[in-house]
Amino acid sequence: MNYHWNWAIFWELSPDGVHTYFQTLMLGTGWTLATAACAWIIALTLGSLVGALRTMPFAAAVRFGNVYVELFRNVPLLVQMFLWYFVMPEIVPRAFGTWLKQQPNASFYTAVVALGLYMSARVAEQVRAGILSLPRGQRQAALALGLTLPQTYAYVLMPMTYRIIMPPLTSELLNTIKNSAVALTIGLMELTARARAMQEFSFQVFEAFTAATIIYIVINIVVTFAMRIVERRVAVPGYLGFKAPAAGH
Amino acid sequence: MFANYDFDVIWRSLPYLFYQGMTFTLLLTALATLGGIVIGTLLALMRLSGTAALTLPAAAYVNLMRSVPFVLMIFWFYFLVPYIGQWITRSAQPLQVGAFASCLVTFTLFEAAFFCEIMRAGIQSIPRGQMAAAQALGMTYPTTMGYIVLPQAFRNMVPVLLTQTIILFQDTSLVYVISVTDFLGAASKVAERDGRLVEMYTFAAVVYFVISLAASRTVAHLQRRIAIIR
Repeated sequence: MNYHWNWAIFWELSPDGVHTYFQTLMLGTGWTLATAACAWIIALTLGSLVGALRTMPFAAAVRFGNVYVELFRNVPLLVQMFLWYFVMPEIVPRAFGTWLKQQPNASFYTAVVALGLYMSARVAEQVRAGILSLPRGQRQAALALGLTLPQTYAYVLMPMTYRIIMPPLTSELLNTIKNSAVALTIGLMELTARARAMQEFSFQVFEAFTAATIIYIVINIVVTFAMRIVERRVAVPGYLGFKAPAAGH
Repeated sequence: MFANYDFDVIWRSLPYLFYQGMTFTLLLTALATLGGIVIGTLLALMRLSGTAALTLPAAAYVNLMRSVPFVLMIFWFYFLVPYIGQWITRSAQPLQVGAFASCLVTFTLFEAAFFCEIMRAGIQSIPRGQMAAAQALGMTYPTTMGYIVLPQAFRNMVPVLLTQTIILFQDTSLVYVISVTDFLGAASKVAERDGRLVEMYTFAAVVYFVISLAASRTVAHLQRRIAIIR
């Protein structure tokens, strides 16, 4: 191996003249987390809505939900990013398109929208599976008690569903964080892009990517750990995922 | 919306898009799936072996691959593969590997982690009694695995493996980040050369959509047909 290792590179000044390479990686981490968090809000909101639609007793709603999910699931995320970033401003009315292109942080907003919608289709699948896993009697009982359909969903079905699908939602959240790296293709300076930039300017390939890898692993561990606690607190007694709290006196 | 949509640019670039781009994409998908399943199965056997010396490295590898973005892994391997090649061939310089070989190694090793988890679930879905019965008949561990457990695990998991292959097919578009000419790479090169981003990217989206949808429909159909009746 004639690779020249230099771990001190992180404390050297990056070409922007203000931050060290370590600081640029931290800035990237911030963008990664911000993008993932905003996209996750969109994914969770739209995903819940579409997932619920797909279990409603209206053929049109189910069909709409199915088309929505197939549309966002069968096109690669990278292509969707390009569609939102390069194609969308061209096919909307000209004035609006120009305004869009002039936004500062346009790649951040685009990444949030593209990633949010992409993940919403996957969340919708989980929500639908969760609602369908509930005993039929819950819906029937709620309706028999005189709750309207929206009330049945809001007070009976959805609260149970979220508690049941918490573990798969955790992995979708982790996927959202990982998938945010795709946004580097539309110029978002998130963590992977920062590592790539560091490699280009300093030629220290493996140090840069090792640092990024470690940061991603740490984020992963922290999120997994936090969600474990949430999962344990919301697990429904009587289901296999539930572990009874230690008996106290 | 379609007033100045230039369909001709798509028509003119079709041979380039499909002969060069799609061939690369499909070949990469097929070979990486095969390699990924083979290595993934080995990893699954390691994870289930019950020997810490085998379980721990396999688990560490799988968890590492699963917690890092694929884009970052593509960069890693893009720079790492020449050094691995140098180490294997004992040459003085980092080995020059082509784009295809580099992508193939990346995708095979990355997807192996995901195929491992699928095969592990498949192996665990086989009733314990079958293992015991095979051993009672005097079969060795490799024979039991090769003739009893793996064929059934594989059959049970075919729909999931194929679904993962569709995901892999979509993921191949990410080789864009190292400027490789796969289907999307070809589309984007034409788009930039002719200034026809709208046409090329919508066309690429439609092609990916049609192929993925057709494939997932086929998998759903297959799933109903090959399901073992219990």
